[in-house]
Amino acid sequence: MSKTLFASRGNLVGLLLLAVLLLVVFPLVFDIFRLNLVGKYLTYAFVALGLVLCWGNAGILSLGQGVFFGLGGYCMAMFLKLEASSPENTKIQSTPGIPDFMDWNQVTALPWFWEPFHSLSFSLVAVVVVPALFAFVIGLAMFKRRVGGVYFAIITQAIAAILTILIVGQQGYTGGINGITDLRTLKGWDIRTDHAKLILYFINGGLLLGALLLAQFVQQTKLGRLLVAMRDKEDRVRFSGYDVSSFRIFVFCFAAGLAAIGGAMFTLQVGFMSSSFIGIVPSIEMVIYCAVGGRSSLIGAVYGTLLINFGRSLLSESFPQLWQFAMGGLFIAIVMVFPDGLAGLYQTYAAPLIARRFRSGRGGGRIAAASTGSRVH
Amino acid sequence: MPTQNDFVLSVEDLAVSFDGFKAVDDLTFYVDKNEILVIIGPNGAGKTTVLDLICGRTKAIAGSIKFHGEELTAKTEHEIVRAGVGRKFQNPSIYETLTVFENLEISYPRGRSVFGALFFRTDAAVRERIAEVAEMIFLEDCLSMRAEYLSHGQKQWLEIGMLLIQDPDLLMLDEPVAGMSVGERVKTAELLNRIIRDRSVLVIEHDMKFVEDIAHKVIVLHQGKIISQGAMAKVKADPKVVEVYLGH
Amino acid sequence: MLMGYSFADLGSIFAMQAFAGLSLFSVFLLMALGLAIIFGQMGVINMAHGEFMILGAYVTYLCSGFFSAFLPGLYAIYFLVAMVLAFVVAGALGMAVEWLMIRHLYRRPLDTLLATWGLSLVLQQAYRSIFGAREVGVELPEWMMGSTHLSETIDIPINGLFVMALTVLITACVFAMMFRSSWGKKVRAVVQNRTMAGAVGIDTERVDRYTFGIGCGIAGVAGSAFTMIGSTGPTSGQLYIVDTFLVVVFGGAQSLLGTIASAFSISQAQSTMEFFLSGSMAKVLVLLGVVGILMLRPQGLFVIKVRR
Repeated sequence: MSKTLFASRGNLVGLLLLAVLLLVVFPLVFDIFRLNLVGKYLTYAFVALGLVLCWGNAGILSLGQGVFFGLGGYCMAMFLKLEASSPENTKIQSTPGIPDFMDWNQVTALPWFWEPFHSLSFSLVAVVVVPALFAFVIGLAMFKRRVGGVYFAIITQAIAAILTILIVGQQGYTGGINGITDLRTLKGWDIRTDHAKLILYFINGGLLLGALLLAQFVQQTKLGRLLVAMRDKEDRVRFSGYDVSSFRIFVFCFAAGLAAIGGAMFTLQVGFMSSSFIGIVPSIEMVIYCAVGGRSSLIGAVYGTLLINFGRSLLSESFPQLWQFAMGGLFIAIVMVFPDGLAGLYQTYAAPLIARRFRSGRGGGRIAAASTGSRVH
Repeated sequence: MPTQNDFVLSVEDLAVSFDGFKAVDDLTFYVDKNEILVIIGPNGAGKTTVLDLICGRTKAIAGSIKFHGEELTAKTEHEIVRAGVGRKFQNPSIYETLTVFENLEISYPRGRSVFGALFFRTDAAVRERIAEVAEMIFLEDCLSMRAEYLSHGQKQWLEIGMLLIQDPDLLMLDEPVAGMSVGERVKTAELLNRIIRDRSVLVIEHDMKFVEDIAHKVIVLHQGKIISQGAMAKVKADPKVVEVYLGH
Repeated sequence: MLMGYSFADLGSIFAMQAFAGLSLFSVFLLMALGLAIIFGQMGVINMAHGEFMILGAYVTYLCSGFFSAFLPGLYAIYFLVAMVLAFVVAGALGMAVEWLMIRHLYRRPLDTLLATWGLSLVLQQAYRSIFGAREVGVELPEWMMGSTHLSETIDIPINGLFVMALTVLITACVFAMMFRSSWGKKVRAVVQNRTMAGAVGIDTERVDRYTFGIGCGIAGVAGSAFTMIGSTGPTSGQLYIVDTFLVVVFGGAQSLLGTIASAFSISQAQSTMEFFLSGSMAKVLVLLGVVGILMLRPQGLFVIKVRR
């Protein structure tokens, strides 16, 4: 169909612009400290991408995406922690060779579920598979029984709360409220140096663009259109012979997998992982990143994430009190005034301008105009 | 009563209740091949509930529903659809933001699994089939129009088309001519009479003129029970039917 | 595990544990009642429910300060005044919020959730700016201090008993309002069929506003009652919100009776498990149990089967 062609051409321009911004402009403009910070923000964008598919397109609002971000991050952190806890490094402990927090909590042997994380390949697989599997179990239980809407939101929120309490409570096995800290090397490669941070930033940016492409692919397939269709007309889709629940389970797992990659990249770039990225507050904040970008716009989600986090660091450095007011106001304003977020503003104000410029320039404005109509609802 | 396997659909001793209220009670009827069966009856007689039961939306508490000899009561909705039962809702249920073409495309019965849908491509066969169905439902000139801009009657046709593209053996239509002009109604009757050659149709309708045009057989439902059935002329003359339904 | 205790000891332990369970029950029930009206009856997700409770608590705190400074003679009954004020203030704020925000979002429940979350952030920061980040507590009037000795080993604190009695009273009031008053009849009519209720002359917008206001008012009273057994900080409300929603959903959203039953079972389960396990593990297991049951039975404990 011609429409898809135009839409993807518009998307391609957007994607290229984003790639230039992430991989060229930011590294040139920011020093390594700031760049590392941007890299941290970009790991949240993975979660926002998943939410675009899950919430924006499929209408499933998960308030527990922090769970998957955290699980991915913990899987990575467990590997790094074990590497940092070699018997030589920990010979002053009463039990050398186990992570320091275990030693402090009178744990004398490595728990069974830590054992496989000695292997890097296992850990990398676990980063994606563990959260996706967890999402699969939740999704299977909920979607097969047709739980959706606000109930799904509340239950995923409860799961986020439960996991936080569990991790904080079991500090001998999880590092408790401090999380897993003091991570040093990845297969002998020191991740704390400026050089390593620069490389990790590019890996993260590359992965994010890859995730964006993948999500865009999913959005444009029949599956993507079915997700939107079952958001709006669930019964019609069901009575066209589709098993609605399996599609929802798929997109929920997909979003969980993306969030988990973000979590793992967070651990690598920031050097620790803790339960404070799992609970209710971070999980719902990730939803607003997606909402600011415009719910069903993938590129918008990345910009939304960046915008809020830049805003936070700017405001909370100078006016710490103001930040929470701003954040609260943002939630309200996005819902009440700008439900289509940045993408909506762009479509209403910027896109017609660009289209006019194109038309007066060389009469090719149909590209932008066509892509305007196709993705907003 | 022995189940006759040559029927397309056999519903036997079907019952369902909502908090003690029996919406459908001890219902038995059969749909034959190439037959248009119309269910009529006053509001609340349980007509829509019967369709809900057949397509799996509501679970029966007793009785059996056999489709080509296959029990449907234990199946999920999508399994029933895949077995060959299509259902149109009372209010036209189409994807308003998609074009007519896309509405038909998304209903095309290929790529129904998650990964099937992920790698589905609209090839020549799909396009050909869509064109064929669009012509059948009088929408061949509207393919690129967004469905929300169709007239009410055209939306009804589009939904019928979305069922037809799946080539079901049994088509269940809940009030297909509600809100249609006289001209559209006549065309719809024509459409039904044309598609019946390959399948059976079960219709719920209030429009008596339309029922007379299409029905091979009529069932009158009242308070969840059949009070009369047979040819339209016979049913119309039944004093019980006149009393509860046609009289006023 | 039970070795080493005499029968008398065990009896006392169970009695105390049962009382702790009942205390928790009244806390859960108080929190959930307002939400059961707003969520159960109106279908509105109010994530700022906890902040409305905290508002009631702060009102009570201010009242106690006012009475001890200006009317020390009447300090014994300041709490009654505080409760009424808490109801009025939280209710008024609730109605304002309904008018400004909620009524535009009735068809978008998920958006209501996000908007009220924003409201909760704003309220929290407002509390922090006004009252400071530290927790505040009220001084109990003398008659509420101490405890009754039921036997040599069983002590029941009076403030706990008072909160329980208060819970019973408030619950009775809510039931009377919902099932005996004409207002309750209107609310139920609007819930069941908004269009029809409007057609028979019920001002549905007004009913919505008052229902939301009363739900928030009850939250305020609950917060007021909490000051009797604990202190209040700007983020205290957020700690309760998940429990509160689970209680309401677990009970079956549309059933007030279900809310009571679920508050009772969750609180008893938690306090019993706390005896055997650490507090956090007990909470994890109880919440997991609730979530697990909800996955098997998403409609909650009590449900009305309706024809679609």
